[in-house]
Amino acid sequence: MDWTPTPSQTVGPYLHLGLTNTHSLSRVAGDGAKGERVWLTFRVLDGEGVPVPDAMIELWQADSEGNYERPGGSEDGAAFGGFGRLATGEDGSCTFETIKPGCVPGSGETVQAPHINVSILGRGILKRLSTRLYFAGEPANAADSVLALVPEGRRPTLFAHPDPTRADHWIFEVRLRGEAETVFFDV
Amino acid sequence: MKKNNRYNDVNMTSSSIQDKRKPRAAVAPFCRHEPGTQPDYFHPAYRATRLRAPSQPLIFLPHTLSEVTGPVFGHSDIHPNDRDLTVQHAGEPLGERIIMRGRVVDGDGHPVANSLIEIWQANAAGRYADAKDDHPAPLDPNFTGTGRTLTDENGFYSFVTIKPGAYPWRNHDNAWRPAHIHVSLFGPAFVTRLITQMYFPGDPLFAYDPILQSIPDEKARQRLVSKFDLETTKPEWALGYRFDIVLRGRESTPFER
Repeated sequence: MDWTPTPSQTVGPYLHLGLTNTHSLSRVAGDGAKGERVWLTFRVLDGEGVPVPDAMIELWQADSEGNYERPGGSEDGAAFGGFGRLATGEDGSCTFETIKPGCVPGSGETVQAPHINVSILGRGILKRLSTRLYFAGEPANAADSVLALVPEGRRPTLFAHPDPTRADHWIFEVRLRGEAETVFFDV
Repeated sequence: MKKNNRYNDVNMTSSSIQDKRKPRAAVAPFCRHEPGTQPDYFHPAYRATRLRAPSQPLIFLPHTLSEVTGPVFGHSDIHPNDRDLTVQHAGEPLGERIIMRGRVVDGDGHPVANSLIEIWQANAAGRYADAKDDHPAPLDPNFTGTGRTLTDENGFYSFVTIKPGAYPWRNHDNAWRPAHIHVSLFGPAFVTRLITQMYFPGDPLFAYDPILQSIPDEKARQRLVSKFDLETTKPEWALGYRFDIVLRGRESTPFER
């Protein structure tokens, strides 16, 4: 039998109908979740620096202790889910509410710096783009084994930066192509 | 915030639970794709890729806990009418009623059980119930074109819907998309996430469609074409189309070889 995985196709221009009109999730962590509460604004730009108004961002992250599990099980729906999904607006951006993830185990005895796994989908994107959001200024970044895979000159594309105008808000730019193109991972 | 946020009461847990008191289990990585079996990012015939496909090579990321875990959805995420797109309004939608059915398995042929599948599509006239779709074909007040369900314990799923129409798009002169249903799956991990499109057998538009043709390997393209299935077809009621889906599996361990 041939079990070659099914090919990917673009979500197309009407992804909202199936995925985000009624099944968005902007709150990755509810009121009950422990940890440092942060708001993450993603801004998606195309190869000419023009905002992409019809993309979708999905997030997958660990909790504040670095666990990919949902403490408290299924009963406390308001706590921590770890998953988020939003469509970008006309300005190419969308904002999630979550908590800053903890350090996650890496290979062997290593530890990964706090990061959020990001998927970018949209018209003109034939298969999901994967990247990681790291927090600028985080001391653990220096020892992160995945950041170490990235040429130093391109590493800054993976850092979210604090929004100077709003406390606890971070901004992460996703440049799909061209100058300062975001690093995308082959996962 | 969206008002209708069903995820608020989601039964969601991680698919991989780590107990910190025990030594860390090695992460079992997922298989990589064979060349040619997935579309390239940059496919100039599909115009929108010219400004949205990365120009730099992707960086190979050996799998960590972050890649091999993923969200899990449960029955509380599904409403009873979600898998029958013909009963979501006061009347029945126009068009050819169909049953779309198949099995979701991993790269070893094992069923992917209790996994979320979401679909969306145009109506029988080739028009999406989306304000941005300006194709001058009629909207159907009885059809939204959105569905979701979970696979059963053997990986099987089914939807009742209507066959979508082909529709024009402005990618190139006289461009038409073959009839298709968008399909979104999560599977057990961040890396098994798949969004694809199901096509219908014998569509004359295949050869002219740069989205389908973006997959280099002909055999791989054929995996997106459903098969007419008499077994799924219900007499006096609806034609059946079979669409099986394969998600990435784990790399085999030395013990399994």
